[in-house]
Amino acid sequence: MAKVTAMDVYKLLPQTNCGDCGEASCMAFATKLSEKKADLILCTELDDKSFKKLDNLLVPAVKEILIGKDDKAKIIGGDEVLYRYEESYYNQTLFAIDLPDDLEESEFNERIKTIENIEFERTGELLKLDAIALRNKSEDPSKFAEAAKKLKSSKYPVFLVTLDPIAMQKALEVIGGDRSLMYAATKDNLFEMAELAKEYDCPLTVFSPGDIEKMKDLVFTLRSNGIDDIVLDPGTLTGEAIGDTLDNFVMSRRLAIEDKDEDFRFPLLGVPALVRLNNEDDEVKNGTMEATIASTLMNKYADVLILKGTDIWELIPILTLRQSLYTDPRKPQAVDPGIYEFGDVNENSPVLLTTNFALTYYTVEGDLKSGNASTYLLVLDTIGKAVDVAIAGGQFDGKAVADLVKKCGIEDKVKTRKMIIPGLAAPLSGEIEDETGWDVMVGPRDSSAVPDFIDEKF
Amino acid sequence: MDQINQLLKLLENAESVEIDEFRMDFEELEINLAPAIARTVQQTVSRQQAIEKSMKKTMLKAGDFKPPIKEYPSKIAQVQLGDGSRKPVFLGGQNSLYRFEEPQPNPPVVTFDVFDIPMPGLPRPIREHFSDVMESPGEWAKKAVKDYGANLVTMHLIGTGPKVMDKSPREGAQAVEEVLQAVDVPLVIGASGDPIKDPPVLEAAAETAEGERCLLASANMDLDYHRLAKAAVDYDHAVLSWAITDVNMQKSLNKYLMKDGLKQEDIVMDPTTCALGYGIEFSIDVITRTRLGGLKGDPDLQMPMSSGTTNAWGSREAWMKKEEWGPTDYRGPLWEIFTGLTLMLNGVDIFMMLHPDSVRILREIGETFTKEYLSTPTPEIDNWITELE
Repeated sequence: MAKVTAMDVYKLLPQTNCGDCGEASCMAFATKLSEKKADLILCTELDDKSFKKLDNLLVPAVKEILIGKDDKAKIIGGDEVLYRYEESYYNQTLFAIDLPDDLEESEFNERIKTIENIEFERTGELLKLDAIALRNKSEDPSKFAEAAKKLKSSKYPVFLVTLDPIAMQKALEVIGGDRSLMYAATKDNLFEMAELAKEYDCPLTVFSPGDIEKMKDLVFTLRSNGIDDIVLDPGTLTGEAIGDTLDNFVMSRRLAIEDKDEDFRFPLLGVPALVRLNNEDDEVKNGTMEATIASTLMNKYADVLILKGTDIWELIPILTLRQSLYTDPRKPQAVDPGIYEFGDVNENSPVLLTTNFALTYYTVEGDLKSGNASTYLLVLDTIGKAVDVAIAGGQFDGKAVADLVKKCGIEDKVKTRKMIIPGLAAPLSGEIEDETGWDVMVGPRDSSAVPDFIDEKF
Repeated sequence: MDQINQLLKLLENAESVEIDEFRMDFEELEINLAPAIARTVQQTVSRQQAIEKSMKKTMLKAGDFKPPIKEYPSKIAQVQLGDGSRKPVFLGGQNSLYRFEEPQPNPPVVTFDVFDIPMPGLPRPIREHFSDVMESPGEWAKKAVKDYGANLVTMHLIGTGPKVMDKSPREGAQAVEEVLQAVDVPLVIGASGDPIKDPPVLEAAAETAEGERCLLASANMDLDYHRLAKAAVDYDHAVLSWAITDVNMQKSLNKYLMKDGLKQEDIVMDPTTCALGYGIEFSIDVITRTRLGGLKGDPDLQMPMSSGTTNAWGSREAWMKKEEWGPTDYRGPLWEIFTGLTLMLNGVDIFMMLHPDSVRILREIGETFTKEYLSTPTPEIDNWITELE
């Protein structure tokens, strides 16, 4: 199905160019709307009918679902495309960590703390987990509700994981709904869960392991009963059956985006924790496999993942992949070129060179800071390319460096004329010396070694 | 009035009575009784609405389910690696993106990296698996095949690099000969990445391996790729065509190689592997566009793709010792798995890799690609909520 264009939107706008929305014209507003950079409610002159029409037109192929309330709220879904190069993926995959309700109190509290405290900094961004999946392992509704009560004050939204409507109701009651994600409705408890979803206004997951045809029926039945906040779990089958899981995820998303099949236009949920089901392998094997399944499903459209492992070596790759997948391919990932200063600099401070690829820059910045280096850093405009890529692409050469040196004013700031270039730029050292008239030192290949390099060699 | 009372009584339990029928009845009634009737009707309607608002507890059928299968006008060429004394391995040949659309002809495969020098720079988690064989490329290759199930082996002639050990092309060819003798899997032959030295090194290797159908790595815009193309044509090998995350550069290079006499069946593309966290998203985008371009009919992109997954080990998250990140023994292999798997899911056919655990996991998942949808036993997960520890 064709994407919505600014023209499609413009046709339905009042076309009065009143300017109330903050845009100069209705066409400008239409463009922003079609790019998801403006909200329809800003238009003051729309009648109800046109509003509904436009709202319908602008609703993403995958419906956005709100999980959690107020400052805990997170949005999932919202995707419009199958391949990120076509536009971008929206609303990062949510990571929930499994919390069984039968843990000893101290262990239970400890695990909550662990989940809330996990973080990993990468390229200037703090990467964290998102939710706690409380699981009714005990099969005891009162125990489940009691555990839910303790989560009321947690900093993340809660998933309520039970197939027992009585347990679900008790937990929803103590937690007050709070847009907790209900997991799950199946063919056996569909109506009871649906009633609860309605009563407490909570999103409801449909669980149909290995059978998306049945899943479609369940969703259709829910929709026919007025339930619209739905999350789909086609079942995370692992081992050799991972191929089937992948097929089911891909088919579900393709039906949503290309066929606009109303029964599939919902976020997808996977449970990589299931690699640990009836599995005697050690923690390292299980953690490795769990992460592997997480990366598989994240690549192919999972909007929510329930994980069990909390070891940082397992979570770092998962968090990093998410960060990568959800960068916007339409924006160059670059920082401003020019001079950056670290620590206490003076006219004798060393001068480093790197590119303006955001990832490169932030990696270097992190290393200089953690190594307490005092130095100038020259950042070359390589249109957001990394050192080796920019050299191959012709953005990083002697002439470009000479231009930067002349224009940025570094020659007024330091008396020295000595520059440390990235190890990967070693082949350019002669060229840079010729063009700039500076001495060039070839630095380490990895910037983590830069602070020591400065201490020892500069 | 009796009639009315009867009617009202009836209506008290009227959940299943259709309003239409009821109206038929009251047409016969006197007009002065209307208010009572009207009130009752109203009550009945609102009761009905309330019922409608609550659930109709019947499971509905959503209509026919049709798997979303796409038809593509073109096919990816199938490239054979290994001939003569090798067991052949086939790459590519797909006519769709996913196996549910059409059974996939060939699973993705892994080729183990082997070097002609002991490579002191390799991270410890890898060295500990190969330290006993690193002095001998032949033994190294044997271990990769016998102990770790390599589908292919990549002989990297790093030692020929002018700044490494500056070994001669003839010495490089000897290392290739040694590996050819040691194993019977197909070979990828890589040089040192020096634009001047690589062509003569690969020519000598190609001659030594004549008729064994190796993959010569790699042709790129910075070196005299005509010589590589000629060596491949003369001695019957395939060529790895390497572009730097740029679909147009890839197309041009493929075009030039084909002008030099190579066919689609003689070319594998390397669109460049940016590691996880180091631009993997650029690789994803380029690989996706390349594969879709090929399937949609672009003859310059209809070749299988390769990934230098080993690049993952250059990421500091893979090798750097740092307590708060956990042991490199675990995160190193995972970094390689994530990098390779991500590209596999987006269309790459052959992976150059280093760590035995990463290789095993990638192969296990890759092998499911050629199975048919729902043809493997399904694990029982219906009750995972209570059964998971």
